[in-house]
Amino acid sequence: MIWHLDLTLLFLIVIIAIAAITVRDLLSAIMLLCAYSFLMAVVWVEMHSVDVAFTEAAVGAGATTAFLIAALSRTKRWEKK
Amino acid sequence: MNSKTRGMGGGKGGDVIVETVARLMVPFIQLFGLYVIIHGAGGPGGGFQGGVIIASSFVLYVVAFGIVKAGNRFSEAKNIALFSTGVYLYAGVGLLCIICGLAFSAEFLNYGYIPLTHHFEENRALGMDLVEVGIGITVMAVITSIFFNLVWKREGEEVEGED
Repeated sequence: MIWHLDLTLLFLIVIIAIAAITVRDLLSAIMLLCAYSFLMAVVWVEMHSVDVAFTEAAVGAGATTAFLIAALSRTKRWEKK
Repeated sequence: MNSKTRGMGGGKGGDVIVETVARLMVPFIQLFGLYVIIHGAGGPGGGFQGGVIIASSFVLYVVAFGIVKAGNRFSEAKNIALFSTGVYLYAGVGLLCIICGLAFSAEFLNYGYIPLTHHFEENRALGMDLVEVGIGITVMAVITSIFFNLVWKREGEEVEGED
């Protein structure tokens, strides 16, 4: 474990998570959640837990993003004020 | 499917580049999914991850060719048949373990007692692979089914607020 890399990644993850819940554009929020999942997968690999990282990358960054975009295509893109 | 619906819900797909890339990529993604399922016992991966990867190849197919073509090829009935097949494979291997191991100690999913080969350890590895294949089939069919149901815009259904 390299703690500098861990700290940087976790800091980025927190920033992305805050951005995902504050952004108005829902498509941007979905893409930020995708980036969140991907960075989380990198953190899992960093912690030598490759199996969890695999699941996170396949489900979090792949399937969930597709589901959310498919759900967004049924509704409005912009959040109401 | 009228011309008002477009994108993933529409009948028509995208342009030539997307279609060609998808046509090239889908078999390799599925091959990678099978690799992940088969190598799940010894390394990272497994039935769940491989199933998700194979399902994401169907997601790519829908993005490139539209839901109508994909839905015709991979219908709801086939989906239901596939995910019950996976569950039956999982439970069937477990019950086979109980039946074959009655003389020793009847344990659910103790793969060593399946008489596939002469070695206990080899039986255990083969049984584990069978269970992983069952999990992979179920996960693939369920995730594809969820995605298709989310994307599919049925006839006469009002699409609200598409901007």
